[in-house]
Amino acid sequence: MSDGSMTIGAAIAPAGATRRTLPAHGSRRTYSAYALVTPAAALMLIMLLGPLAGVIALSFTDYQLGAPHFSWIGLANYRDLFADKVFWTALRNTLAYVVIVVPGAVIAGLAIALLIQSGTSLRSLYRTIYFLPVMATLIAMAVVWEFMLHPQFGLVNGMLRSAGLPAFAWLQDRSTALYALCAIGIWQAVGFNMVLFLAGLVSIPKQLYEAAEIDGASSGWARFRLVTWPMLGPVTTFVVVISGIRSFQVFDTVHVLTKGGPSKSTEVLIHTMYTEGFEFFRSGYAAAITVVFLVFVLLLTLIKSRLADRGVHYT
Amino acid sequence: MAQIELSAIRKSFDGTDVLKGIDFRIENGEFISLVGPSGCGKSTLLRIIAGLEPQNSGQVHIDGRPVDAIRPSARNLAMVFQSYALYPHLSTFDNIAVPLRMRRLSAIERLPLLGTLLPSRRAKERHIRADVEGIAEQLDIAPLLRRKPGQLSGGQRQRVAVGRAMVREPLAFLFDEPLSNLDAKLRVHMRAELAELHRRLKATFIYVTHDQAEAMTMSSRIAVMMGGELIQAGTPAEIYDHPNDIRVAEFIGSPKINVLPGRIRKDGGVDVLGTALRLSCNAAAGECRVGVRPERIDVGAGPFSGTVVHLENLGAEAFVHLAIDGAGLRLIARLADVRHLPAMASSVAFGFAADAVRIFDPAGKRIELRAEQAERMREPAHV
Repeated sequence: MSDGSMTIGAAIAPAGATRRTLPAHGSRRTYSAYALVTPAAALMLIMLLGPLAGVIALSFTDYQLGAPHFSWIGLANYRDLFADKVFWTALRNTLAYVVIVVPGAVIAGLAIALLIQSGTSLRSLYRTIYFLPVMATLIAMAVVWEFMLHPQFGLVNGMLRSAGLPAFAWLQDRSTALYALCAIGIWQAVGFNMVLFLAGLVSIPKQLYEAAEIDGASSGWARFRLVTWPMLGPVTTFVVVISGIRSFQVFDTVHVLTKGGPSKSTEVLIHTMYTEGFEFFRSGYAAAITVVFLVFVLLLTLIKSRLADRGVHYT
Repeated sequence: MAQIELSAIRKSFDGTDVLKGIDFRIENGEFISLVGPSGCGKSTLLRIIAGLEPQNSGQVHIDGRPVDAIRPSARNLAMVFQSYALYPHLSTFDNIAVPLRMRRLSAIERLPLLGTLLPSRRAKERHIRADVEGIAEQLDIAPLLRRKPGQLSGGQRQRVAVGRAMVREPLAFLFDEPLSNLDAKLRVHMRAELAELHRRLKATFIYVTHDQAEAMTMSSRIAVMMGGELIQAGTPAEIYDHPNDIRVAEFIGSPKINVLPGRIRKDGGVDVLGTALRLSCNAAAGECRVGVRPERIDVGAGPFSGTVVHLENLGAEAFVHLAIDGAGLRLIARLADVRHLPAMASSVAFGFAADAVRIFDPAGKRIELRAEQAERMREPAHV
């Protein structure tokens, strides 16, 4: 009992401590503490931990969607996975996508937030405009992007041609398809990051800027380096991790625009998982891909909590 | 070290006049307190001197040089903020070093990674380190240099903020209510420390506060501001003893000065509460207000009588609240001897010396008394 109370949480630990001195009264308190924790714990078990355990278990089987039987095949799925060229392409593409989209979306989000913050009029208008992509359905927006990027009558190529530059078949060309998707990814994520950065900027005390000015930070860059950037530290960490996780999950645009093509040049992890799981019905194999995906997301989350631990003291 | 001159400074926010033409000259090495109730414009005036707020009209001269077109960072003034405004992500050392780094390092040397590799930066960093450590030694914060502001107490943060101001040897120090976030005991202690710092540095200090006790105890001169105007400037003793406006008299001094209704007769004599005072003035006959400081009220003898309604015994001194008989007025008297206090609800006689009286006209301006009338006025009561 007392072991259990120690592991479940600090809130129960004092109850366990009092139990030793006042047995009857203390155990009643322990029970009520457990009773209070139960709904949240049950919900977490059913909604989060249960499915996760299910997926991990599934990845060790040869289960196929709708099949009446399945058998335990150990690490065979993983062995297949790591021998599969498509998986490695998907992983490489996903990582490339993350490496391009995260810095792009974070820097652009911060830059737009700074511009809006320093502006005097029309701030809410700009805020709304940049936030629109976040509110819009990405599937629908992907269709719009498909038109914009169309090789013949697309807006992008039209503009390039009128500027005398060569046009591209953006989504049909192996060398540009992934980058076109990256651009859409950045476009979509910028608004969300901007809102987070704006919230962070608003919370920076004005007196710090005044102190910086008095201390001799006369250029905007010096004030940014001395005050804005460090004070945005926690927000930036959060934005980077959230952008990272969301770009790992890239699927909608790939599915609508390229289906992983041409010749797997835009194949990404979640899309591979979708194809394996819901087109080829290899659920066990798809589960193994999901586990690999989860490992990456978990890594990102760990990095974030590490950074948050040694974060600055804000008082 | 600087002499600062303000001429006809006006400032309004959204049509409200906050400063209504301030003319003031601050001499080299003075400790000036700008004091006044909240909303009187004192902080705005300080921010205009610092350059953080532009004035609508008027000029600021520092050492004879107009600075109106000069950025705050180029005015070479240091400021200590009410919230201290320490950079929370920097250690005490780095906080104090900021002004030095900003001034001595070039933009390239300040770059995060590349800058630290430059040999010139290393040499300059050595000097900065020596300077910061010297300041920390003076302020007794050397053991705190590696801590972050979040790990410091209020008083320690205050000292770091002062250190950041001192380290650059500015022309003048500006303080914006720096003690108001400290508890009462620490505030008294820091008051003494700041005054001592001023004596040691001999620099120009401009200190904004709403606390008249801070202004009285630290400054060489006090400037009292009310409603956007500078009403009176002078040494603490002058302001206390010879306020030229009833608002100054009421603002300075705790407890507040007692104000009684009075009347100036045609012959220039003054009546208060129906009793003639042994003094006279040259003002026209009519209503006036008579101010007497609590410590100048003599309890126990005098032409007036009142009932004790409240006693405040502070140990070293006591305040007696009297309801004046037949006038519906109250006044406060300070007694130095707490062993002989009148009983509650007892009736006591009281009076005051003629030289304790300050008379103000209905508009609040001081009325000068005739000099020869400095006799004690409670004597007739003994007759």
